[in-house]
Amino acid sequence: MAIVTAPTKACAINPLKMSQPIGGAFAFMGLRGAMPLLHGSQGCASFALTLFVRHFKEAVPLQTTAMSEVATVLGGYENLEQAILNIYNRTKPKIIGICSTGVTETNGEDVDAYLKLIRRKHPQLTKLPLVYVSTPDFEGAFQDGWEKAVARIVELLVEGPNANGLRDPSKVNVLPGCHLTPGDLDELRMILEDFGLSPSFLPDVAGSLDGHIPAELAPTTVGGISVDEIASMGRAGWTIAIGAQMQRAAEVMQVKTGVPFRVFERLCGLCPNDEFMTFLSDISGRPIPLKYRRQRGQLADAMLDAHFHIGGRKLAIGAEPDLLFDLSGMLHEMGVQVTAAVTTTRSEVIERIKTNEVLIGDLEDLEELAKTRCCDLLITHSHGRQAAARLKIPFYRAGFPMFDRLGAGHQLSVGYRGTRNLIFDIANLVIAHREDNDRPTPDRWRTAARSTQYVRHRDFVRVTERSFT
Amino acid sequence: MSSLAATVQKIFDEPGCPTNGSKSEAERKQGCTKQLQPGSAAGGCAFDGAKVALQPFTDVAHLVHGPIACEGNSWDSRSAASSGSDLWRTAFTTDLSETDIVFGGEKRLCKAIKEIMDKCDPPAIFVYQTCIPAMIGDDINAVCKAASQRFERPVIPINSPGFVGSKNLGNKLAGEALLDYVIGTQEPDYTTPYDINLIGEYNVSGELWQVKPLLDELGIRILSCISGDGKYREVASSHRARAAMLVCSKSMINVARKMEQRYGIPFFEGAFYGIRDTSEALRQLARLLVERGAPTDLLARTDAVIVREEARAWAAIEPYRQRLKGKKALLITGGVKSWSVVASLQEAGLELVGTSVKKSTSEDKQRIKELMGQDANMIEEMTPREMYNIFKDAKADIMLSGGKSQFVALKAAMPWLDINQERCHAYMGYVGMVKLVEEIDKSLSSPIWVQLRRPAPWEALAKAMQQMQSAAAASACEPALTETARRAREICVCNTVDLGTIEDAICAHGLRSVAAVREHTNAVGGCCQRRIEEILASKPSAMRQAAE
Repeated sequence: MAIVTAPTKACAINPLKMSQPIGGAFAFMGLRGAMPLLHGSQGCASFALTLFVRHFKEAVPLQTTAMSEVATVLGGYENLEQAILNIYNRTKPKIIGICSTGVTETNGEDVDAYLKLIRRKHPQLTKLPLVYVSTPDFEGAFQDGWEKAVARIVELLVEGPNANGLRDPSKVNVLPGCHLTPGDLDELRMILEDFGLSPSFLPDVAGSLDGHIPAELAPTTVGGISVDEIASMGRAGWTIAIGAQMQRAAEVMQVKTGVPFRVFERLCGLCPNDEFMTFLSDISGRPIPLKYRRQRGQLADAMLDAHFHIGGRKLAIGAEPDLLFDLSGMLHEMGVQVTAAVTTTRSEVIERIKTNEVLIGDLEDLEELAKTRCCDLLITHSHGRQAAARLKIPFYRAGFPMFDRLGAGHQLSVGYRGTRNLIFDIANLVIAHREDNDRPTPDRWRTAARSTQYVRHRDFVRVTERSFT
Repeated sequence: MSSLAATVQKIFDEPGCPTNGSKSEAERKQGCTKQLQPGSAAGGCAFDGAKVALQPFTDVAHLVHGPIACEGNSWDSRSAASSGSDLWRTAFTTDLSETDIVFGGEKRLCKAIKEIMDKCDPPAIFVYQTCIPAMIGDDINAVCKAASQRFERPVIPINSPGFVGSKNLGNKLAGEALLDYVIGTQEPDYTTPYDINLIGEYNVSGELWQVKPLLDELGIRILSCISGDGKYREVASSHRARAAMLVCSKSMINVARKMEQRYGIPFFEGAFYGIRDTSEALRQLARLLVERGAPTDLLARTDAVIVREEARAWAAIEPYRQRLKGKKALLITGGVKSWSVVASLQEAGLELVGTSVKKSTSEDKQRIKELMGQDANMIEEMTPREMYNIFKDAKADIMLSGGKSQFVALKAAMPWLDINQERCHAYMGYVGMVKLVEEIDKSLSSPIWVQLRRPAPWEALAKAMQQMQSAAAASACEPALTETARRAREICVCNTVDLGTIEDAICAHGLRSVAAVREHTNAVGGCCQRRIEEILASKPSAMRQAAE
């Protein structure tokens, strides 16, 4: 059981965390024809837009109510009204998802009431879903924004059970956490379809941000789950939630529609996928397809081949709770020691991470810990690049944002195959790093003590060094 | 110290700004922030602008006083380069929580400043104000003043919360902070008659270093660059420069003008983009320095360097002229660049089908007309759809723009090149212009475009099916139509050469090989090699003999 600590420092240095509103906006990006709208100053949207574009290398729809100083004093009703009308007239969206920011929350704006007024005043908006989520910048993190937005979408847009209460057992709802990539969603879709199930993903960022070339230029999202499909989710046989963050949305779904759910906290690693496959076989009534039996064998072999290289590594990892839990769990099962773990926000899973202590902190904390505890593998998002350069240890990029490498949207971690690829990627990174920095030389056993890679028992090494001189 | 509102008002009334100068009294009073349209606004906030303008000071700790969004969502995103300290790339933020907002964030800010002093010992800390602390009334000026005294180190308040206006306003507010608290507070170790300031130059991708060797060669010293690869001590003592160049006119005109007013440093607006403009800028710099008392031989030396460098640059561009001849480019950028690169692109053989003038002054527009003719296509505002249509109608071969519009071009499978701040190549100076032409050529001649524009196999199949069906229906009544349809079948997809053309060529010249067909028609003979071979095989040899 890990102890969760939060540092007492006043100045966060090199933040690991990103803000709640953009996590919320990201959830809306997985809806078809959607326009996420940040209720706040225009910079809030502009920073978020740049971040998403750099990560996905895709056009990303995101708008702002452009609150000025005066509007902040007078209240944001008019800005919100104008923004909604403008978006409605200019981009013809199927849904507008509104996230509050620090400015409007500090102001205490009652957006739900605003929306009622706006609807009354503008009857043309009657059929346009307007989903509002409260996501202040000054609490929580990216993952919390996503969690709240999805729960809210379920609450507002999923229809209750129909009169005869009929369900289609082949229909399955999937509620993926924000740590899954479009590539992961496509992998899951394929797995479910191979069991004869037809999945509905909410949100479905694979439909919008997988990098496909749309036939027509659109100012809104170019794919994702449609509002109608969301409405019909109550007729599914099961809801599968991926990541502990999705428990809440799954519960809301169950309360509203009676669809039973199961939460899979992890989908990376051999055992989690065994459980997943067993479950799918159960609910579909079909045997596990041959394809996955082969993939399981391949994963087992990958684990055999890679444990020589990954095993015993001291891992420093910084990620949002669910990603942290998933990746550190899989690596722990490969023989890695989770030596330093930093996360962004509170979550029930972080106590169960296989390490002594989890810090709710920033990348400076992670770098410090990695240095003092002599870690030799770093996993975090792209902002870890400066720390990695200083620490001179292999650095695997995982999570959001990943702006300095290509293919962020297609990095896989779920399923037997995704785990296999991930293990190979990390092992290869370790091998390459060793080849570049750790070639054996005749007198390395003397000098090794001085190179950073091998300073594992620093004090002991220093003593032996002294005795030589 | 004046209030933020007063400072903003002063900035709007900038006498050095030609746009402002041409306004009526009433218009001027309204200021120059366009009312932002909620729901269709784009661009950064004033905090963004201030941070962008000052962050390239490399040895300063930049502390953002606000919730996580302001720094956490945006840090380490600029590709400015540093020759020394990496401190500027470290993100510092007070990461305000709900409790701070209820009880006020000043104490946390004080503690944060102390922590930075203890950990990093920087020559100065810049503290950026953001919306929320501005709303709850955190007095960062007072905190910074107290901290400066306590730590005997400059702690500078940058009062530019996001909601006061646009990114451009933020640039200027950052400039005001420099004028109020930094410039003139230290003395340089020594001065020379060749000391200059570069104002509004951010050393994106290290591009300043493409010009610096020339200045070094001429003996011109950059006393301070505001702010690319700048150091605190340099900007603090920048008031001793002899002349200044305002590099990006829009962002820091207030700094240049007020430094002229206060310290008598003459300045001119110039750019190092494009060959002629680089030469012009170097000449101007030399002239200003000589006017301020530098030895007159500087002029002749400058001319010599210009002649040499221009010759080199034109020679390097020459090989591309033939390749780029007649290619059409669309330029979507702001201010100076809307014309400064035009001349060089034209010299490289490109034809400019349009340039954006959204952020350009009337003077900028005049220069565009001089370069592109009276009926130059000046684009005020272009929606993504309009841009997309330009490509779809093949009115342009390549677009040069900032990152935000890239997908319009790329998703239409058209070449695109980033020429704004996120770019990863340096396009400044003579070398930079050659690099730009090289990049344009690389992009235009990339083999991917032909492949990407090919229809997918199912589209091709569907089309063929459709053709076959309609052809079958038509041929039932009209044999001549059948023949036309047969001959219209596309053999070479890459260059659109139909069967008829190839048959005619075979008959007329008695061709026997694919190579020969290629010689006499436009057919590429690559992916269509098999099809041409089939035609050659199916042609009766008698026909060929007759031709021979």
